[in-house]
Amino acid sequence: MNHSKVFPNAQAALEGVQDNMTLLVGGFGLCGIPENCIEALVKMGAKNLTCVSNNAGVDDFGLGLLLQTRQIRKMVSSYVGENATFERQFLDGELDVELVPQGTLAERLRAGGAGIPAFYTPTGAGTLVAEGKETREFEGRPYILERAITGDFALVKAYKGDTFGNLVFRKTARNFNPMVATAGKITVAEVEELVEVGELDPDQIHTPGVFVQRIFQGQNYQKRIEKLTLNEGGL
Amino acid sequence: MSQILSREQIAYRIAQEVEEGFVVNLGIGIPTLVANFIPLEKKVMLQSENGLLGMGPFPRRDEVDPDLINAGKQTVTAAPGASYFSSADSFAMIRGGHVDLTVLGAMQVDEKACLANWMIPGKMVKGMGGAMDLVAGARRVIVAMQHIDKSGQSKLLRSCNLPLTGIHCVHRVVTDHAVVDIDPEGFVLQEVAPGFTPEEIQKITDAPLRISPNLKVMSVDIPVSGKGS
Repeated sequence: MNHSKVFPNAQAALEGVQDNMTLLVGGFGLCGIPENCIEALVKMGAKNLTCVSNNAGVDDFGLGLLLQTRQIRKMVSSYVGENATFERQFLDGELDVELVPQGTLAERLRAGGAGIPAFYTPTGAGTLVAEGKETREFEGRPYILERAITGDFALVKAYKGDTFGNLVFRKTARNFNPMVATAGKITVAEVEELVEVGELDPDQIHTPGVFVQRIFQGQNYQKRIEKLTLNEGGL
Repeated sequence: MSQILSREQIAYRIAQEVEEGFVVNLGIGIPTLVANFIPLEKKVMLQSENGLLGMGPFPRRDEVDPDLINAGKQTVTAAPGASYFSSADSFAMIRGGHVDLTVLGAMQVDEKACLANWMIPGKMVKGMGGAMDLVAGARRVIVAMQHIDKSGQSKLLRSCNLPLTGIHCVHRVVTDHAVVDIDPEGFVLQEVAPGFTPEEIQKITDAPLRISPNLKVMSVDIPVSGKGS
Protein backbone atom coordinates (compact mmCIF):
# COMPACT_ATOMS: atom_id res chain seq x y z
CA MET A 1 0.00 0.00 0.00
CA ASN A 2 1.22 3.43 -0.89
CA HIS A 3 1.45 5.64 2.19
CA SER A 4 2.97 8.54 0.32
CA LYS A 5 0.94 11.73 0.14
CA VAL A 6 2.62 12.71 -3.11
CA PHE A 7 0.64 12.40 -6.33
CA PRO A 8 1.85 12.96 -9.89
CA ASN A 9 -0.79 15.48 -10.91
CA ALA A 10 -4.18 17.02 -10.16
CA GLN A 11 -6.28 14.32 -11.79
CA ALA A 12 -4.57 11.58 -9.74
CA ALA A 13 -4.84 13.62 -6.53
CA LEU A 14 -8.56 14.22 -7.06
CA GLU A 15 -9.46 10.56 -7.43
CA GLY A 16 -12.69 9.95 -5.53
CA VAL A 17 -14.38 13.27 -6.31
CA GLN A 18 -17.96 12.34 -7.18
CA ASP A 19 -21.26 13.94 -8.10
CA ASN A 20 -23.08 15.79 -5.28
CA MET A 21 -19.97 16.31 -3.18
CA THR A 22 -19.07 19.48 -1.26
CA LEU A 23 -15.73 21.01 -2.25
CA LEU A 24 -13.98 23.71 -0.22
CA VAL A 25 -11.84 25.86 -2.48
CA GLY A 26 -9.15 28.31 -1.36
CA GLY A 27 -8.47 31.69 -2.95
CA PHE A 28 -9.65 35.29 -2.96
CA GLY A 29 -10.76 36.49 -6.37
CA LEU A 30 -8.22 34.83 -8.68
CA CYS A 31 -5.42 35.12 -6.10
CA GLY A 32 -4.25 31.86 -4.54
CA ILE A 33 -6.74 29.60 -6.32
CA PRO A 34 -5.99 25.92 -7.03
CA GLU A 35 -5.71 26.36 -10.80
CA ASN A 36 -4.58 22.81 -11.58
CA CYS A 37 -7.33 21.18 -9.51
CA ILE A 38 -10.06 23.29 -11.12
CA GLU A 39 -8.79 22.43 -14.59
CA ALA A 40 -8.72 18.72 -13.70
CA LEU A 41 -12.28 18.84 -12.31
CA VAL A 42 -13.48 20.18 -15.65
CA LYS A 43 -11.91 17.16 -17.36
CA MET A 44 -13.14 14.68 -14.73
CA GLY A 45 -16.71 15.95 -14.97
CA ALA A 46 -18.21 15.45 -11.48
CA LYS A 47 -21.56 17.25 -11.37
CA ASN A 48 -24.01 18.76 -8.89
CA LEU A 49 -21.16 20.05 -6.79
CA THR A 50 -21.49 22.42 -3.87
CA CYS A 51 -18.50 24.76 -3.86
CA VAL A 52 -17.59 26.75 -0.78
CA SER A 53 -15.28 29.55 -1.86
CA ASN A 54 -15.11 33.27 -1.13
CA ASN A 55 -15.73 34.12 -4.80
CA ALA A 56 -16.91 32.36 -7.95
CA GLY A 57 -14.05 33.28 -10.28
CA VAL A 58 -14.54 35.13 -13.56
CA ASP A 59 -16.30 33.84 -16.67
CA ASP A 60 -13.31 32.07 -18.16
CA PHE A 61 -11.07 31.37 -15.17
CA GLY A 62 -11.15 30.03 -11.64
CA LEU A 63 -14.43 28.47 -10.52
CA GLY A 64 -16.04 30.22 -13.50
CA LEU A 65 -14.73 27.28 -15.56
CA LEU A 66 -16.85 24.84 -13.51
CA LEU A 67 -19.86 27.14 -13.85
CA GLN A 68 -19.50 27.16 -17.63
CA THR A 69 -19.66 23.35 -17.66
CA ARG A 70 -22.63 23.46 -15.25
CA GLN A 71 -20.86 21.22 -12.75
CA ILE A 72 -21.73 23.47 -9.79
CA ARG A 73 -25.22 23.29 -8.28
CA LYS A 74 -24.60 25.54 -5.31
CA MET A 75 -22.08 28.22 -4.35
CA VAL A 76 -21.40 29.32 -0.78
CA SER A 77 -19.56 32.65 -1.07
CA SER A 78 -19.32 36.18 0.30
CA TYR A 79 -19.15 37.97 -3.06
CA VAL A 80 -20.03 36.72 -6.53
CA GLY A 81 -19.71 39.80 -8.74
CA GLU A 82 -17.43 39.85 -11.80
CA ASN A 83 -19.06 36.77 -13.34
CA ALA A 84 -21.80 36.95 -15.99
CA THR A 85 -22.13 33.14 -16.26
CA PHE A 86 -22.89 33.02 -12.56
CA GLU A 87 -25.48 35.76 -12.86
CA ARG A 88 -27.27 34.09 -15.78
CA GLN A 89 -27.39 30.66 -14.12
CA PHE A 90 -28.56 32.16 -10.83
CA LEU A 91 -31.34 34.16 -12.46
CA ASP A 92 -32.39 31.05 -14.46
CA GLY A 93 -32.65 29.07 -11.21
CA GLU A 94 -29.95 26.57 -12.25
CA LEU A 95 -27.65 27.64 -9.47
CA ASP A 96 -28.24 28.06 -5.74
CA VAL A 97 -26.25 30.59 -3.80
CA GLU A 98 -25.76 31.04 -0.10
CA LEU A 99 -24.22 34.43 0.62
CA VAL A 100 -22.16 34.45 3.80
CA PRO A 101 -20.34 37.44 5.30
CA GLN A 102 -16.65 37.05 4.54
CA GLY A 103 -15.46 36.85 8.14
CA THR A 104 -18.25 34.44 9.01
CA LEU A 105 -17.26 32.24 6.06
CA ALA A 106 -13.62 32.20 7.21
CA GLU A 107 -14.66 31.37 10.77
CA ARG A 108 -17.16 28.68 9.73
CA LEU A 109 -14.35 26.94 7.84
CA ARG A 110 -11.92 27.43 10.71
CA ALA A 111 -14.50 26.00 13.12
CA GLY A 112 -15.16 23.07 10.79
CA GLY A 113 -11.49 22.14 10.83
CA ALA A 114 -11.12 22.73 14.55
CA GLY A 115 -13.94 20.55 15.87
CA ILE A 116 -16.21 23.46 16.83
CA PRO A 117 -19.74 22.74 15.55
CA ALA A 118 -21.05 26.32 15.82
CA PHE A 119 -20.18 29.73 17.25
CA TYR A 120 -21.80 33.07 18.05
CA THR A 121 -20.81 36.13 16.04
CA PRO A 122 -22.04 39.73 16.05
CA THR A 123 -21.71 39.86 12.24
CA GLY A 124 -25.09 40.03 10.55
CA ALA A 125 -27.16 40.33 13.75
CA GLY A 126 -30.40 42.14 12.94
CA THR A 127 -29.99 41.59 9.17
CA LEU A 128 -31.28 39.07 6.61
CA VAL A 129 -28.27 36.91 7.47
CA ALA A 130 -29.74 36.32 10.94
CA GLU A 131 -33.04 34.92 9.65
CA GLY A 132 -33.71 31.39 10.89
CA LYS A 133 -30.70 31.47 13.19
CA GLU A 134 -30.61 31.53 16.97
CA THR A 135 -29.86 35.00 18.37
CA ARG A 136 -28.47 35.38 21.84
CA GLU A 137 -27.38 38.38 23.84
CA PHE A 138 -24.02 38.57 25.54
CA GLU A 139 -23.34 41.68 27.62
CA GLY A 140 -26.29 43.44 26.06
CA ARG A 141 -25.29 42.85 22.44
CA PRO A 142 -26.99 40.45 19.98
CA TYR A 143 -24.99 37.61 18.42
CA ILE A 144 -26.11 34.96 15.95
CA LEU A 145 -25.29 31.26 15.94
CA GLU A 146 -23.38 30.18 12.84
CA ARG A 147 -22.63 26.55 11.94
CA ALA A 148 -19.25 25.13 10.99
CA ILE A 149 -18.52 24.05 7.41
CA THR A 150 -16.66 20.91 6.38
CA GLY A 151 -16.25 19.37 2.94
CA ASP A 152 -15.68 16.05 1.22
CA PHE A 153 -12.63 17.51 -0.47
CA ALA A 154 -10.66 20.68 0.20
CA LEU A 155 -8.61 22.16 -2.63
CA VAL A 156 -5.71 24.34 -1.57
CA LYS A 157 -3.03 26.28 -3.42
CA ALA A 158 0.27 26.95 -1.65
CA TYR A 159 3.60 28.40 -2.74
CA LYS A 160 5.79 25.63 -1.32
CA GLY A 161 5.05 22.30 0.24
CA ASP A 162 6.95 19.23 1.35
CA THR A 163 6.21 15.55 0.92
CA PHE A 164 4.57 15.39 4.39
CA GLY A 165 2.14 18.12 3.29
CA ASN A 166 3.58 21.06 5.23
CA LEU A 167 2.63 24.24 3.40
CA VAL A 168 3.99 27.75 3.01
CA PHE A 169 1.84 30.41 1.38
CA ARG A 170 2.99 33.59 -0.31
CA LYS A 171 1.72 37.11 0.39
CA THR A 172 -2.05 37.59 0.02
CA ALA A 173 -2.37 34.29 -1.84
CA ARG A 174 -2.76 32.79 1.65
CA ASN A 175 -6.30 34.16 2.26
CA PHE A 176 -8.81 31.29 2.78
CA ASN A 177 -6.34 28.47 2.01
CA PRO A 178 -5.23 27.69 5.59
CA MET A 179 -8.80 27.29 6.90
CA VAL A 180 -9.94 25.36 3.86
CA ALA A 181 -6.98 23.01 4.37
CA THR A 182 -8.18 22.08 7.86
CA ALA A 183 -11.83 21.50 6.93
CA GLY A 184 -11.68 18.86 4.20
CA LYS A 185 -12.12 15.11 4.77
CA ILE A 186 -9.51 14.83 2.03
CA THR A 187 -7.37 17.92 1.55
CA VAL A 188 -5.52 18.18 -1.74
CA ALA A 189 -2.74 20.75 -1.88
CA GLU A 190 -1.17 21.92 -5.11
CA VAL A 191 2.13 23.76 -4.77
CA GLU A 192 4.44 25.70 -7.03
CA GLU A 193 7.44 23.95 -5.54
CA LEU A 194 7.40 20.53 -3.88
CA VAL A 195 10.41 19.77 -1.70
CA GLU A 196 11.58 16.88 0.50
CA VAL A 197 10.77 16.85 4.21
CA GLY A 198 13.38 18.78 6.15
CA GLU A 199 13.84 21.43 3.51
CA LEU A 200 11.23 23.82 4.93
CA ASP A 201 12.02 25.69 8.12
CA PRO A 202 9.56 24.38 10.75
CA ASP A 203 9.28 27.92 12.12
CA GLN A 204 8.00 29.21 8.79
CA ILE A 205 5.32 26.62 8.04
CA HIS A 206 1.81 28.08 7.83
CA THR A 207 -0.19 24.85 7.51
CA PRO A 208 1.20 21.76 9.27
CA GLY A 209 1.17 18.65 7.07
CA VAL A 210 -1.30 16.80 9.31
CA PHE A 211 -4.10 18.72 7.57
CA VAL A 212 -3.03 17.66 4.08
CA GLN A 213 -3.77 14.18 2.73
CA ARG A 214 -2.57 14.59 -0.87
CA ILE A 215 -0.05 16.93 -2.45
CA PHE A 216 1.31 17.47 -5.94
CA GLN A 217 3.48 19.93 -7.77
CA GLY A 218 1.31 22.07 -10.00
CA GLN A 219 2.31 23.30 -13.41
CA ASN A 220 1.69 26.09 -15.90
CA TYR A 221 0.39 28.58 -13.35
CA GLN A 222 -1.31 31.52 -15.01
CA LYS A 223 -1.83 33.58 -11.83
CA ARG A 224 -4.20 35.87 -13.64
CA ILE A 225 -4.55 39.41 -12.35
CA GLU A 226 -8.16 40.53 -12.03
CA LYS A 227 -7.57 44.29 -11.75
CA LEU A 228 -4.13 45.43 -12.77
CA THR A 229 -3.73 48.81 -11.07
CA LEU A 230 -0.51 50.76 -11.45
CA ASN A 231 1.00 53.69 -9.61
CA GLU A 232 1.24 55.81 -12.75
CA GLY A 233 -2.01 57.64 -13.31
CA GLY A 234 -3.04 57.36 -9.65
CA LEU A 235 -6.24 55.67 -8.56
CA MET B 1 -22.51 81.07 -2.56
CA SER B 2 -23.18 77.50 -1.48
CA GLN B 3 -20.91 74.68 -2.52
CA ILE B 4 -21.35 70.91 -2.22
CA LEU B 5 -18.28 68.76 -1.80
CA SER B 6 -16.60 66.68 -4.51
CA ARG B 7 -15.68 63.04 -3.87
CA GLU B 8 -12.10 64.17 -3.18
CA GLN B 9 -13.28 66.80 -0.72
CA ILE B 10 -15.39 64.24 1.14
CA ALA B 11 -12.35 61.93 1.27
CA TYR B 12 -10.13 64.79 2.46
CA ARG B 13 -12.61 65.64 5.23
CA ILE B 14 -12.68 62.01 6.40
CA ALA B 15 -8.87 61.83 6.37
CA GLN B 16 -8.96 64.48 9.14
CA GLU B 17 -10.57 61.83 11.38
CA VAL B 18 -7.58 59.51 11.12
CA GLU B 19 -5.34 59.69 14.15
CA GLU B 20 -1.67 58.87 14.48
CA GLY B 21 -1.00 55.13 14.59
CA PHE B 22 -4.52 54.13 13.59
CA VAL B 23 -5.27 50.83 11.85
CA VAL B 24 -7.79 51.71 9.14
CA ASN B 25 -9.83 49.66 6.68
CA LEU B 26 -11.08 51.59 3.65
CA GLY B 27 -13.94 50.36 1.47
CA ILE B 28 -14.35 50.75 -2.27
CA GLY B 29 -15.23 54.11 -3.89
CA ILE B 30 -14.84 57.41 -2.00
CA PRO B 31 -13.34 55.56 1.01
CA THR B 32 -10.40 54.38 -1.15
CA LEU B 33 -9.59 58.03 -1.92
CA VAL B 34 -9.17 58.76 1.80
CA ALA B 35 -5.73 57.09 1.69
CA ASN B 36 -4.47 59.90 -0.59
CA PHE B 37 -5.04 62.49 2.13
CA ILE B 38 -3.58 60.75 5.18
CA PRO B 39 -0.19 62.39 5.92
CA LEU B 40 2.68 59.88 5.96
CA GLU B 41 3.88 61.17 9.35
CA LYS B 42 0.72 59.81 10.98
CA LYS B 43 2.14 56.29 10.50
CA VAL B 44 -1.25 54.79 9.71
CA MET B 45 -1.50 51.09 8.87
CA LEU B 46 -4.07 50.30 6.18
CA GLN B 47 -5.77 46.93 6.61
CA SER B 48 -7.03 44.98 3.61
CA GLU B 49 -9.36 42.20 4.70
CA ASN B 50 -8.01 39.62 2.24
CA GLY B 51 -4.98 39.35 4.51
CA LEU B 52 -2.67 42.38 4.50
CA LEU B 53 -1.92 44.89 7.25
CA GLY B 54 0.29 47.70 5.99
CA MET B 55 -0.96 48.22 2.45
CA GLY B 56 1.29 50.43 0.31
CA PRO B 57 0.59 52.34 -2.90
CA PHE B 58 -0.28 50.69 -6.20
CA PRO B 59 2.78 49.07 -7.78
CA ARG B 60 5.00 50.37 -10.55
CA ARG B 61 4.89 48.07 -13.54
CA ASP B 62 8.05 46.24 -12.45
CA GLU B 63 6.65 45.71 -8.93
CA VAL B 64 3.40 44.00 -9.98
CA ASP B 65 2.87 40.69 -8.17
CA PRO B 66 -0.24 38.55 -8.79
CA ASP B 67 0.10 37.16 -5.25
CA LEU B 68 -0.31 40.65 -3.77
CA ILE B 69 -3.73 42.24 -4.13
CA ASN B 70 -6.15 44.24 -2.00
CA ALA B 71 -9.74 43.39 -1.09
CA GLY B 72 -10.91 45.15 -4.28
CA LYS B 73 -8.70 42.64 -6.20
CA GLN B 74 -6.39 45.42 -7.37
CA THR B 75 -2.63 44.91 -7.44
CA VAL B 76 -0.97 46.70 -4.50
CA THR B 77 2.35 46.82 -2.63
CA ALA B 78 3.22 46.20 1.01
CA ALA B 79 4.46 49.11 3.15
CA PRO B 80 7.36 48.82 5.62
CA GLY B 81 6.11 46.93 8.68
CA ALA B 82 3.45 45.06 6.72
CA SER B 83 2.25 41.56 7.54
CA TYR B 84 0.32 38.89 5.67
CA PHE B 85 -2.18 36.55 7.32
CA SER B 86 -5.15 34.28 6.67
CA SER B 87 -8.74 35.43 6.23
CA ALA B 88 -9.59 33.99 9.68
CA ASP B 89 -6.85 36.09 11.30
CA SER B 90 -7.93 39.10 9.27
CA PHE B 91 -11.48 38.92 10.55
CA ALA B 92 -10.29 38.19 14.08
CA MET B 93 -8.61 41.60 13.78
CA ILE B 94 -11.80 43.16 12.47
CA ARG B 95 -14.40 41.44 14.65
CA GLY B 96 -12.19 41.53 17.71
CA GLY B 97 -12.11 45.33 17.73
CA HIS B 98 -8.46 45.70 16.70
CA VAL B 99 -9.24 47.93 13.72
CA ASP B 100 -9.58 51.55 14.85
CA LEU B 101 -11.62 52.86 11.96
CA THR B 102 -13.48 51.64 8.91
CA VAL B 103 -14.78 53.94 6.20
CA LEU B 104 -17.36 52.62 3.79
CA GLY B 105 -20.04 53.75 1.38
CA ALA B 106 -23.77 53.29 1.94
CA MET B 107 -27.11 53.51 0.16
CA GLN B 108 -28.95 54.46 3.37
CA VAL B 109 -28.15 55.32 6.99
CA ASP B 110 -30.79 55.79 9.65
CA GLU B 111 -31.05 57.62 12.97
CA LYS B 112 -30.68 54.35 14.86
CA ALA B 113 -27.18 54.10 13.34
CA CYS B 114 -28.14 51.22 11.04
CA LEU B 115 -26.83 51.14 7.49
CA ALA B 116 -27.77 49.46 4.22
CA ASN B 117 -25.19 49.03 1.48
CA TRP B 118 -25.28 45.53 0.02
CA MET B 119 -28.62 44.68 -1.52
CA ILE B 120 -31.46 46.20 -3.52
CA PRO B 121 -34.44 43.82 -3.64
CA GLY B 122 -35.22 42.79 -7.22
CA LYS B 123 -31.70 43.48 -8.42
CA MET B 124 -28.91 40.94 -8.76
CA VAL B 125 -27.26 40.55 -5.38
CA LYS B 126 -23.50 40.27 -5.55
CA GLY B 127 -22.87 39.69 -1.88
CA MET B 128 -21.86 41.54 1.25
CA GLY B 129 -18.18 40.62 1.12
CA GLY B 130 -16.60 41.77 4.38
CA ALA B 131 -18.89 44.75 5.00
CA MET B 132 -21.08 43.10 7.66
CA ASP B 133 -18.03 42.01 9.65
CA LEU B 134 -16.40 45.43 9.34
CA VAL B 135 -19.40 47.38 10.63
CA ALA B 136 -19.96 44.86 13.43
CA GLY B 137 -16.35 44.89 14.56
CA ALA B 138 -14.43 48.09 13.82
CA ARG B 139 -14.15 50.48 16.78
CA ARG B 140 -15.37 53.42 14.73
CA VAL B 141 -17.52 53.34 11.58
CA ILE B 142 -17.69 56.35 9.26
CA VAL B 143 -19.94 56.35 6.23
CA ALA B 144 -18.94 58.34 3.13
CA MET B 145 -21.81 59.00 0.75
CA GLN B 146 -23.88 61.56 -1.16
CA HIS B 147 -26.58 63.18 0.99
CA ILE B 148 -29.34 62.50 -1.55
CA ASP B 149 -29.65 59.73 -4.12
CA LYS B 150 -29.99 60.08 -7.89
CA SER B 151 -33.77 60.41 -7.67
CA GLY B 152 -33.46 63.21 -5.12
CA GLN B 153 -34.35 61.12 -2.05
CA SER B 154 -32.56 61.61 1.26
CA LYS B 155 -30.13 58.82 2.09
CA LEU B 156 -30.36 59.75 5.79
CA LEU B 157 -33.62 58.31 7.12
CA ARG B 158 -35.59 57.59 10.28
CA SER B 159 -35.44 53.93 9.32
CA CYS B 160 -33.66 52.21 6.43
CA ASN B 161 -36.02 50.46 4.03
CA LEU B 162 -33.31 48.48 2.19
CA PRO B 163 -31.91 45.26 3.71
CA LEU B 164 -29.46 46.15 6.47
CA THR B 165 -25.72 45.58 6.55
CA GLY B 166 -25.50 46.22 10.28
CA ILE B 167 -27.47 47.61 13.19
CA HIS B 168 -26.52 50.38 15.64
CA CYS B 169 -23.04 50.63 14.22
CA VAL B 170 -22.50 53.96 12.41
CA HIS B 171 -20.81 56.74 14.36
CA ARG B 172 -20.52 59.50 11.77
CA VAL B 173 -21.73 60.21 8.23
CA VAL B 174 -19.77 62.53 5.95
CA THR B 175 -21.74 63.60 2.87
CA ASP B 176 -21.33 66.18 0.14
CA HIS B 177 -23.57 68.47 2.21
CA ALA B 178 -22.81 67.83 5.87
CA VAL B 179 -21.13 65.95 8.70
CA VAL B 180 -23.74 64.19 10.82
CA ASP B 181 -23.06 62.23 14.02
CA ILE B 182 -25.39 59.61 15.42
CA ASP B 183 -25.97 59.36 19.17
CA PRO B 184 -28.61 57.37 21.10
CA GLU B 185 -31.20 60.12 20.37
CA GLY B 186 -30.53 60.28 16.63
CA PHE B 187 -28.76 62.57 14.15
CA VAL B 188 -26.68 65.54 15.27
CA LEU B 189 -25.62 68.04 12.61
CA GLN B 190 -21.94 68.84 13.24
CA GLU B 191 -20.87 70.58 10.04
CA VAL B 192 -22.46 72.07 6.96
CA ALA B 193 -21.00 72.51 3.47
CA PRO B 194 -19.97 76.13 2.71
CA GLY B 195 -22.95 78.45 2.18
CA PHE B 196 -25.59 76.04 3.53
CA THR B 197 -27.76 76.74 6.56
CA PRO B 198 -28.82 74.01 9.01
CA GLU B 199 -32.41 74.56 7.78
CA GLU B 200 -31.36 73.77 4.22
CA ILE B 201 -29.64 70.55 5.35
CA GLN B 202 -32.74 69.60 7.37
CA LYS B 203 -34.86 70.05 4.22
CA ILE B 204 -32.90 67.36 2.36
CA THR B 205 -32.76 65.00 5.37
CA ASP B 206 -35.67 62.61 6.09
CA ALA B 207 -35.12 62.54 9.85
CA PRO B 208 -34.85 65.23 12.49
CA LEU B 209 -31.43 66.83 12.94
CA ARG B 210 -30.37 68.28 16.24
CA ILE B 211 -27.86 71.05 15.72
CA SER B 212 -24.56 70.81 17.53
CA PRO B 213 -23.72 73.82 19.71
CA ASN B 214 -20.31 73.69 17.99
CA LEU B 215 -21.69 73.75 14.44
CA LYS B 216 -18.94 74.36 11.88
CA VAL B 217 -18.53 74.88 8.16
CA MET B 218 -16.86 71.95 6.36
CA SER B 219 -13.38 72.66 5.10
CA VAL B 220 -13.19 72.21 1.33
CA ASP B 221 -9.67 73.51 0.71
CA ILE B 222 -7.36 70.60 0.13
CA PRO B 223 -3.84 71.82 0.85
CA VAL B 224 -1.33 70.70 -1.77
CA SER B 225 1.02 69.53 1.00
CA GLY B 226 -1.78 67.40 2.48
CA LYS B 227 -1.54 65.03 -0.44
CA GLY B 228 0.24 61.87 0.68
CA SER B 229 1.60 59.04 -1.43
